[in-house]
Amino acid sequence: MDTPAIRTENLTRTYRLPRRRWGKAPAPDAPREFTALAGVTLDVRPGELFGLLGPNGAGKTTLIKILTTLLAPTSGTAEVGGLDVVSQARRIRPFINMVSGGESSGYGILNVRENLWLFARMYGVPTALAHDRIDSMLGVVGLTEKAGSRVSHLSTGQRQKMNFCRGFITDPKVLFLDEPTLGLDVTSARAIRGFVREWMKQDPSRTLLLTTHYMAEADDLCDRLAIIDQGKVLACDTPGNLKKRVQEYPIFELSLAPGSGGWAKLGDLPGVHQSTAVEKPESIEVKVALFEEPAIGAVVQTLATNGARILALKKVEPTLEDVFIELVGHGLADAEETTAKGAPADA
Amino acid sequence: MPESPRHPATPSPRHAAKLFVAAALARSYARVAWLFRSRSWMIQETVLPVLAVAAFAYSYQAMLDPRSNPEVAAQYTGLVVLGAAMTTFWLNVLWGMGAALYWERDSGNLELFVMSPAPMMGVLTGMALGGMTTTFVRATVIATAGVLLFDVPVNPTSWPLLGLVFFLTLTALYGLGMMFASVFLRWGREAWHLVNLLQEPVYLLTGTNFPVSAIFPKAVAAAATLIPLTAGMDAMRQVLFRTPGIFGVWEEVAALAVLSVIFLFTARWLLARLERRAREEGKLTVRWQ
Ligand SMILES: Nc1ncnc2c1ncn2[C@@H]1O[C@H](COP(=O)(O)OP(=O)(O)OP(=O)(O)O)[C@@H](O)[C@H]1O
Ligand SMILES: [Mg+2]
Repeated sequence: MDTPAIRTENLTRTYRLPRRRWGKAPAPDAPREFTALAGVTLDVRPGELFGLLGPNGAGKTTLIKILTTLLAPTSGTAEVGGLDVVSQARRIRPFINMVSGGESSGYGILNVRENLWLFARMYGVPTALAHDRIDSMLGVVGLTEKAGSRVSHLSTGQRQKMNFCRGFITDPKVLFLDEPTLGLDVTSARAIRGFVREWMKQDPSRTLLLTTHYMAEADDLCDRLAIIDQGKVLACDTPGNLKKRVQEYPIFELSLAPGSGGWAKLGDLPGVHQSTAVEKPESIEVKVALFEEPAIGAVVQTLATNGARILALKKVEPTLEDVFIELVGHGLADAEETTAKGAPADA
Repeated sequence: MPESPRHPATPSPRHAAKLFVAAALARSYARVAWLFRSRSWMIQETVLPVLAVAAFAYSYQAMLDPRSNPEVAAQYTGLVVLGAAMTTFWLNVLWGMGAALYWERDSGNLELFVMSPAPMMGVLTGMALGGMTTTFVRATVIATAGVLLFDVPVNPTSWPLLGLVFFLTLTALYGLGMMFASVFLRWGREAWHLVNLLQEPVYLLTGTNFPVSAIFPKAVAAAATLIPLTAGMDAMRQVLFRTPGIFGVWEEVAALAVLSVIFLFTARWLLARLERRAREEGKLTVRWQ
């Protein structure tokens, strides 16, 4: 059997909360501890691009800190490359790296190239090789012209791109990216996603663990995803399978010309599970949930024989956001959108 | 990296040594770069100490009257110049070493160092080497200015001995700095107060501006030699100005050598221990990342 690239078993992390603040006596019922991870069991295979999705405070960064040997677990075990993050941390460190989107690391007095070189040397990357890799990585993120600029003169996004490069220059076997595209412009984020995908293809023994709040990014990149909330894994599967979970029945949306008939009877058709419709001045919006996809033929036929004019017909694909909302109970967008999605028929 | 994560080889001692040196040199680079790129340090960190030297030098000259007592006056002025130059190292040890890891944590660099295979002692050595280099330049400027302005005679009994004492003083000082660094990593903000607390009394104990042996009782002076700055400056004074010291020069050299070894080993031990504690308490990283 292959050793998992990352494995955690019943991993728990609690933080002790300060008892006193500014000399005030603590509230008697104030909790002493906060549980950031509550029994996380995960298995990431070598070669996998694995995603972690979860609302703010879910424990994603905490998990990454444990896996990168920066934080000790309170209980349970965590292994990277088959090595224990506590007792064998030193042997893990040479082949991992981590970049986090919000990080402000680096030396302002150095320029971009020097700064990347400095951190490459911490992994023993020879200077000449480091410079080659720096050149190619700066090209990837479009920072070539800034190679000689002081780090203190970079914009937030540029600084983040520099740190993104830092993660790859040591050629890690297991890489952790904590919200790598946070705050980057659309083009840059896309370039970074493209590069990540390419990088994973180049060497099938590489493993990447990514957290993000962009559902499309997770859907687009990840082989498998874990959705975590309040320190617990709620689901762990491929994006495709996760999406299938939230949609039991195939759903189609039809737009009919005003005055069309036949839509009221759709719910009685044998292949149709449920049908809802909203009449608008410019169209009638019909949504049908089918037991089997081919039943859409009967739906269209019924409408046609009743003299309805179909303006548009499309299959509704569930998104990861639907999965997220269903599992976590609230979306990352505002609450209003959540209710709108929860009750589409009575808009 | 050729090894597979599934069968990572334990690094050979040679590889470990190479990584130590690589880390130390890389980290020192950032400090040395600062020396050349930061424009304001010249004024802040050399002109001001020279002014302080001037204040003491003039008061000694006023009291001792160089015309009737040229030797003693020159000695005391020399002492002040030496004190000012050596004090820059002490300040660098406190603020540049002691507070350094704390500062590195806040800027997000500490976690990158801890996460990397480079040994933390290598990173600290790099900070020390960088700090020594930049401070050496600063101290040289101060010493040269002092010597030229106040006519301090420079003819040590032995240049190699002076070099040895200086080297050992720095090793012991920076070893102490590395110890502070790991302690401050754990105590964070409270450590800040400790730095402030250490700064002034040390000026007094080490006899920055006056000969310790001439003023303190022998016991206090002997205890003060545990601060490497005291022993180092006392020995350097003996070599440079032939003043009587707390102990003999060679005894002080031996003390400095022993202190260096003790400090460096304690630093290593503390660092490993406190890094582990910090990892358990979640204090290696800042929370908002
Ligand atoms: N050092 C700490 N002391 C106390 N509580 C902490 C500490 N670090 C994190 N926490 C808490 O642990 C929980 C998990 O935090 P974590 O940073 O892992 O969340 P996250 O999933 O990365 O969130 P985000 O999406 O906002 O980045 C949060 O509620 C946070 O307040
Ligand atoms: Mg986070």
